Amino acid sequence: MSQKEIAVAVKDIHKEFILPQNKNSTFKQTVVNIVKKGGKVTQKTLDGVSFDVYKGDFFGIVGRNGSGKSTLLKLIAGVYSPTAGNVAVHGGLTPFIELGVGFNPELSGRDNVYLNGALLGFTHKQVAKMYDAIVEFAELGPFMDQKLKNYSSGMQVRLAFSIAIKAKNDVLIFDEVLAVGDEAFQRKCLDVFDGYKADGQTVILVTHDMETVKKYCSRAVLISEGKKIKEGDPVAVADEYSRLNQVQIDRELQRTRKEGSIRISLFDKNGKTPKNTFPVNSEIDIHIEWDIDNAEVVMVDMYKLSGEHITNFKSVRDKKFKEVNLKKEHGVIVSTPLPIAPGKYFFNVTLRRRSDDVEVDAEYHIGDFVVSEDWSKVDQTWSGLVGLASEWTVKK
Amino acid sequence: MRYVTAKNRAILQEMVKTDFKVRYQGSVLGYLWSLLKPLFLFAILYVVFTYIIPLGKAVEHYPVYLLTGIVLWNFFTEATVQGASSIVARGDLIRKVSIPRYLVVLASTLSALINLGLSLIVVVVFALFNGVMPTFEWLLIIPIIAQLVLFALGVSFLLSALYVKFRDITYIWEIFLQAGFYATPIIYPLAMVPESLQKWFFLNPMAQIIQDARYVLVTDTSVTIWSTIQSWAIVIPFAIIALLFAVGVWYFKRRSPYFAEDI
Repeated sequence: MSQKEIAVAVKDIHKEFILPQNKNSTFKQTVVNIVKKGGKVTQKTLDGVSFDVYKGDFFGIVGRNGSGKSTLLKLIAGVYSPTAGNVAVHGGLTPFIELGVGFNPELSGRDNVYLNGALLGFTHKQVAKMYDAIVEFAELGPFMDQKLKNYSSGMQVRLAFSIAIKAKNDVLIFDEVLAVGDEAFQRKCLDVFDGYKADGQTVILVTHDMETVKKYCSRAVLISEGKKIKEGDPVAVADEYSRLNQVQIDRELQRTRKEGSIRISLFDKNGKTPKNTFPVNSEIDIHIEWDIDNAEVVMVDMYKLSGEHITNFKSVRDKKFKEVNLKKEHGVIVSTPLPIAPGKYFFNVTLRRRSDDVEVDAEYHIGDFVVSEDWSKVDQTWSGLVGLASEWTVKK
Repeated sequence: MRYVTAKNRAILQEMVKTDFKVRYQGSVLGYLWSLLKPLFLFAILYVVFTYIIPLGKAVEHYPVYLLTGIVLWNFFTEATVQGASSIVARGDLIRKVSIPRYLVVLASTLSALINLGLSLIVVVVFALFNGVMPTFEWLLIIPIIAQLVLFALGVSFLLSALYVKFRDITYIWEIFLQAGFYATPIIYPLAMVPESLQKWFFLNPMAQIIQDARYVLVTDTSVTIWSTIQSWAIVIPFAIIALLFAVGVWYFKRRSPYFAEDI
């Protein structure tokens, strides 16, 4: 691995789009625009991006929605042509911008494999060679002569996915759309990625899932507003992405955020008056209220005044809240026991978005409370930070 | 850049195959419709122009003469109408894979060409039934069809690229084709037109093609460009086809890198 071979070289690439409202799709509009001398309104989607992908790289392209990363992908795939700059691909390249491109419901599964294969750039012979492996992986052997329209949507996805992963080429490109689907499907995707890594397959992956980037990518590039922000170590790129995301969110929230919008008060279980001193192991209700309208997930972190992070609670962990967004709500009650040592404690409360776990509002060091040396709610005293339930048996 | 690669062949083959498999999906007679459609149009026109308005009285083997014209005209219509909308119709592919764009247009012309082949079988059977004697001259139909395909392809390239930007193109083209059907000697024999006007009909390449095809397949009484025009003007229909093809390919090549974003 002394001299790395370049697989894809992206050189100072620019892409501008003419905005669609000025598109002349009928003669009438053309005439109108000529009369009005309507100048073209263009949008710079990519503004001078360069990077190299080496052979054997698992290369991540990350960025927020609208950052230009999908445009970049289509430029590498050759679907778009750049306004300036160029992309040089050394060897064969198979892009998966979408699974099952060209799938026709009126054709049999077999015909669709050959059609899709041809559109992805494989000859009849090459597809014939991969065919058995594709069918086997999709577990659709008995159905291959049936029309695609008689497949369940799950079967269709399986077939399309199998073609994608059995396709062999020098460089494979995946768009994040691959990550849709149920959990089992996603796991299958990730298993395939493991395989690619082990085989030294060159892969370019577009995603905004930072966990995937950190876990699989050998190198990554961060795109924001059409420019390259950072390139290289995937962990550094992912962290920069998260930081950038937070900065952007904060900027967006500047207008809507109210000072001290999150309030917290503590009660005995089902109690009516707020308190801030509780005996060890008491059951308490934590009341949290806020004013903003776009909270989806609430997270409460409990700290000891000396700084130790005791635990945290997150609304999505509760079955009742798993699928519920709290957008329209402005308050929750968290009930918990306090099997923690006497001392001083406080909370950090954050309101988050479900999709990317980004904080939309946060309040730190609020809801100070004291656990007193009152052991009346405990059978036996203990020492240390927390009192865990335990059961003892004699080992035989 | 190599145009004829195994990859491109596979794409073309799969697209044409899909087109045929899907076209008559669910119909009882299936592919037969490819033959029945021109036959029924022929039957209607034959009844009208033989018994009601007897245009074909003077023409030897008028039924075969008529059918030949219809079949060739149908090919041109099918190829150019399908061709014009081909790029937009396959927008899903254009936006997601980088297949050479011209293959999409070529596929629609090829589909129409296969239909033409089937229809020509019907023409031959008809000709034999009508007592037309087969000769080696029939082989001359091959260069004539090659010329027709070139014409249809050139028009398709131009229209399909224009259609991405101007969605009125297909409507205009359909009107143009309807007018063309009557401007071309298909149902009426060109001999019916005053002799002094006949040469003007050959400005239309379809007139030259259909009359030549009739001359080699059906009857040598068919008025052709070769017997009508003796000057340099004889190159006009060929020049029109060559020019349209060149302009079509040039414009298509210029626009095709932007199809994915323009559709």
